[in-house]
Amino acid sequence: MSTTPETAAETGGHGDISVGVQGASGSGEATASATRITPGNALRPEDIALAVSRGTAKPSEDVAEFALRLGDDALVLAQRLGHWISRAPELEEDIALGNIALDQLGHARSFLSYAGGALGEDGTARSEDDLAYFRSEPEFRSVEIFELPNGDFAVTIARQFVVSYYQFELYSRLTQSTDATLAGIAAKAVKEVDYHRDHSAQWVLRLAQGTDESREKMIHGFKVIWPYVDELFRDDELTARLSEAGAAVEPSSLRANFDRLTGEVLAEAELEVPNVQPTPGGGRKGLHSEHLGYLLAEMQVLAREYPGASW
Amino acid sequence: MASQTLQSVPAEPSPVRHEQSPEDAARLDAEGQAYFDKVMAEDSRIEPRDWMPPAYRKTLLRQISQHAHSEIIGMQPEANWISRAPSLKRKAILMAKVQDEAGHGLYLYSAAETLGQPRDQMMQDLMDGKAKYSSIFNYPARTWADMGAIGWMVDGAAIANQVPLCRASFGPYGRAMVRVCKEESFHQRQGFEILLELSHGTPEQKQMAQDAVNRWYAPALMMFGPPDDDSPNSKQSMAWNIKRFSNDELRNRFVGMMMEQVKVLELTLPDKDIRFNEETKKWEHGPLDWDEFHEVLKGRGPCNAQRLERRREAHQNGAWVREAAAAYADKQRRKQAEKVSAA
Repeated sequence: MSTTPETAAETGGHGDISVGVQGASGSGEATASATRITPGNALRPEDIALAVSRGTAKPSEDVAEFALRLGDDALVLAQRLGHWISRAPELEEDIALGNIALDQLGHARSFLSYAGGALGEDGTARSEDDLAYFRSEPEFRSVEIFELPNGDFAVTIARQFVVSYYQFELYSRLTQSTDATLAGIAAKAVKEVDYHRDHSAQWVLRLAQGTDESREKMIHGFKVIWPYVDELFRDDELTARLSEAGAAVEPSSLRANFDRLTGEVLAEAELEVPNVQPTPGGGRKGLHSEHLGYLLAEMQVLAREYPGASW
Repeated sequence: MASQTLQSVPAEPSPVRHEQSPEDAARLDAEGQAYFDKVMAEDSRIEPRDWMPPAYRKTLLRQISQHAHSEIIGMQPEANWISRAPSLKRKAILMAKVQDEAGHGLYLYSAAETLGQPRDQMMQDLMDGKAKYSSIFNYPARTWADMGAIGWMVDGAAIANQVPLCRASFGPYGRAMVRVCKEESFHQRQGFEILLELSHGTPEQKQMAQDAVNRWYAPALMMFGPPDDDSPNSKQSMAWNIKRFSNDELRNRFVGMMMEQVKVLELTLPDKDIRFNEETKKWEHGPLDWDEFHEVLKGRGPCNAQRLERRREAHQNGAWVREAAAAYADKQRRKQAEKVSAA
């Protein structure tokens, strides 16, 4: 725990990191409109990068590793969702999925900018782009559910439903983190993820109770996604230490709320939790699905073709 | 005539109109025309419920739906680079931009719907190849620098075209344009910034930028439409206060703006004939290949087939989703009705 609210507050400027923390202290704040953030108070990735480069926000090694995990999850998901833009079933969905992708990308940029503060081998901070574009596959820390191919719209919605309910629980709890920057990022992210929950829950209901075909596809979508749910909630040594320090929470502690809230929607949709075996996963240790390599190859190709170039 | 206060005449035939005598119908048409003429003379606005000449309605429907289609098809060349954007910030900006274009498509389809055609029909016409869209989007976005050139030149040309449309005589179109233009000006600036960064980067990056400018220059100029002496519809559109400036006027003005801005970019425009004519006080440019323009317009451009196929594919893949949403909404309505009747 090397960042205190006091030191973070010194960053000042356009986006004061401490604002997010104070703003998140009340639980009501988490449900406030994400679109009504006063621009001057919005926490931007650039503010975090600036605070990191000035040394006013410096994550511990553990916090940096944790931020890297969340950043990679969000980045990989943004990359997946971005593919829907211009391919969605309806113009409104081009916009909605694009918006969710943008939110995820924003979260990724914030987490990665912060993670970069502790990861430089030569002692200097690594930028969000260093981390996104110049790490190889085993260096990524995303879990498998984020890496899964989009599939059809029902698969994308099933993944989005699981992920947004998980992220909502996680970020809600992280707003109380003793690490001011993590708490600040989570406070902004949780408001946006709340909309993602709403979006995916509405689609689960529509698809499950629309036509026979859509119901079949929704059931199939959950069957495809559900083996990867358990990995989201697995604790390990890192989360144990961070939870002990009050900087983060054990993923397993999010499971009860996740099960209850997703269960309510599934019950309304008259769907069962699929009876499938969980996968072992391994993304947190750098053991990834076969899908990630292709995703990274595409994402990184241009940046790697011109190393050191500015864009 | 002068003593008569001219009032808006409803466009939609009321149910009773079928029972009207031909004389009454003719009288209403005459009153509608008089009001329409007055609105044109005063440079004021026609609203969806007002009477309007059938040709005015048809022209607007064609223009607004083509404009909407251009936004939707125009998402594709840029969406092509979202996954490969070379920095996360550029990726975020590009995603937001393409998302804006979907939004522009939505407002424009909505504006067109006020003229009486449903969005589904317009979409169908697009997919059937019956409706046109700006032929610029039938060119491929080959390199990252194309994101810059499209923003700077293509969106720049769109702005030059669309700013005067904010004053178009048809209310919903003019109002949609106000918002579209605000967002387009962001788009143009981000394109300019991409090129600026590239032109001040490595020699390879600068070359990439110059190459993109070279490729998009002529197609961007052709976005203003054929030369004035070959633009049959322009005169009527100007009389109806839809179009305010001729194609060539707008094109020349645009060339002037490009000439100033390209200096800041330290790039060049691929046209040795650009000059400011001191006598006419107008910018002039070299000859454009209008044969190519017409070829692309007829569907023989590099990406026509690809763009339409992608739209059809997305539409077909999404059919079951739209059907599900409609069926669900129906069921919800029925449930609600049952609740109300039970109460």
